[in-house]
Amino acid sequence: MLEIAIKGSKKYWIWLTILLVIMTVGVAAYIDQFINGLMTTGLSRDVSWGFYIANFTYLVGVAAGGVMVVIPFYLHDYEKFHRITILGEFLAIAALVMCLLLVVVDVGQPVRLLNLFLYPSPQSVLFYDVLVLNGYLGLNIIIGWKVLEAERNQVRPPAWTYPLIYLSIPFAIGIHTVTAYLYCGLPGRGFWLTAILAPRFLASAFAAGPSVLILLCYVVRKFTKFDPGWEAMQTLSKIVCYALIANVFFFLCEIFVVYYSNIPGHVSHIQYLFFGLHGYNSMVPWMWTSIILMLIGIALLIIPWLRNNEFLLPFTCVMIIIGTWIDKSLGMIAGGFVPSPLHHVTEYAPTIKEVMITLGIYALGLIILTILYKLATTVKEEVRG
Amino acid sequence: MMKKSRRSFLKVAAVSAIGIGAAPAISLSSSSNSQSTSNAVKSKNHEAKTAKRWGMVINCTKISDEVAENIVEACHKNHNVPDFNHEVNTEKYPNTRPVNHKQEVKWIWEEHFKYAFPDKEDEFLADKYKNLPFLVLCNHCKSAPCVKACPTQATFKREDGIVIMDFHRCIGCRFCMAACPFGSRSFNFRDPRPFIEETNPDFPTRSKGVVEKCNLCAERLAKGEQPYCVEASEGAIVVGDLEDPDSDIRALLNENYTIRRKQTLGTEPSVYYIM
Ligand code: SF4
Ligand code: SF4
Ligand code: SF4
Repeated sequence: MLEIAIKGSKKYWIWLTILLVIMTVGVAAYIDQFINGLMTTGLSRDVSWGFYIANFTYLVGVAAGGVMVVIPFYLHDYEKFHRITILGEFLAIAALVMCLLLVVVDVGQPVRLLNLFLYPSPQSVLFYDVLVLNGYLGLNIIIGWKVLEAERNQVRPPAWTYPLIYLSIPFAIGIHTVTAYLYCGLPGRGFWLTAILAPRFLASAFAAGPSVLILLCYVVRKFTKFDPGWEAMQTLSKIVCYALIANVFFFLCEIFVVYYSNIPGHVSHIQYLFFGLHGYNSMVPWMWTSIILMLIGIALLIIPWLRNNEFLLPFTCVMIIIGTWIDKSLGMIAGGFVPSPLHHVTEYAPTIKEVMITLGIYALGLIILTILYKLATTVKEEVRG
Repeated sequence: MMKKSRRSFLKVAAVSAIGIGAAPAISLSSSSNSQSTSNAVKSKNHEAKTAKRWGMVINCTKISDEVAENIVEACHKNHNVPDFNHEVNTEKYPNTRPVNHKQEVKWIWEEHFKYAFPDKEDEFLADKYKNLPFLVLCNHCKSAPCVKACPTQATFKREDGIVIMDFHRCIGCRFCMAACPFGSRSFNFRDPRPFIEETNPDFPTRSKGVVEKCNLCAERLAKGEQPYCVEASEGAIVVGDLEDPDSDIRALLNENYTIRRKQTLGTEPSVYYIM
């Protein structure tokens, strides 16, 4: 099947070349970081995780969001999703590769990463996170590949793929739950120390993932002869709508508990994010932007004639993607680490190099996504034509 | 299980020591596993100070700014902790980039009361406490979140209660830093060596990309010596066995009202403060 990937139009190659250039810039920045250490980042003693882990968290959500097409199709026989399940699975693959790379660039001693497996530590949540992420990646590669191959040969996928597909559902929930547990089991971090964190992560993932998928459907429609189907996209937009409402609702629950109980160790973080603390307020405009974008997103999706507007929907999705990204990546990291456990306020902003490395990883993710989507759409065109 | 993995760590440490020449790392770790080490090390261990659970008492009333500074300097100098204010020898280390002081490394340092004990902040706190230098360091928590978090067991708890690190195993994921509720840990964002004025050959220097923190001077206790901070404290700091009812440290705890940092979190810090 891979031969499809090397037969492409001029546009296809120009696009891949652009991505390759961005990736190379990222690699160059990473070489500098590899040699000189994480001093090249804006991280500090107080804010010890930053842009990499923030984007990691977000992309785990995007990967998990793919399950929102798998569940309706495989569990509820929702036929409309037949054409896009493969898009969801391939999106998950690209997102997971980016996740794993973001972890690699984040660690101080990447050459020792194998220690994770040489000295498995079952009491560390990170251990489980590595397991579920790799497991989910493996599952999606096998499932995506086998299902697409079967489609090309116009047969049913082999029977043994079905248990794997069903298994991939708890794995999808699992990757994001365990990623939330990384944060919410730590005693000294009031912002993260809340049982609502995993549900909130899932809700925002099920809004962000399908939003990305809707955008990708538009791209696929524009650049290939394959049509994912407007009805499927509309169903997705409803899923986004309810997930987003759940996310905002969970957030408001958190706000109530924090402010009504008024426990300083919990209040101070949210205070910093939304109003600033001791004169430090670089996060304030971001957080309000995020809230406003998510609220507008809900309004645009809940009102049927706005939701059904084919022209408006991609803009709505972009707003939701930006809103949830700020909420879950920037907000999650800055809110967790500021103020520090000793209640000092050390602000964080990524350096250009950090952003370049991250963009390089996004570029690689897009390369993988482009190739996988090319495979999927070409096969689907072939089968129909 | 634990013993076994310690032993395999010894092998790893030995192998890496051959490569890096960091022999002190071996003698450091040997104290945790005397059975499997050579006789030479064993004989040293006869004088070793041992305890069921090491603890520390800091008498805050006895610590002036000057004493506090001496303590911090004694610890940091002897443990090759980099000082970002140190002027870099540009001949030896050309092209050293400017430092970011937010990325500093510290094992023990001074804080004001409201930062050392943020949950005990009080607007009517007596002035005499407000400006005292409170020394903060790793608490060697009995139930240590950093140990739980570490995905490689590079941070581990010895049987005597000391929470210690294997610098050769740490992958630099910094999960332990997120987990520690006391900000006791530092990450080497860069190679620390240009910022060490005079390297103490008896203690390993660290490489970039690993985490470090106070080790309760395990290397000193193994030789039967007192921690550097205790020596420099003019009697204000005492270490001893918390589990031994006849120890000096227990006598101090009996006689004085002491507090610990963030007790409500249940990490059971082993460092006590006499107010
Ligand atoms: S103070 Fe922090 S670093 Fe030290 S043992 Fe406790 S949790 Fe670990
Ligand atoms: S940074 Fe090192 S010591 Fe800390 S959790 Fe990661 S591997 Fe363990
Ligand atoms: S016990 Fe040793 S390592 Fe810890 S602060 Fe004191 S001198 Fe430093």
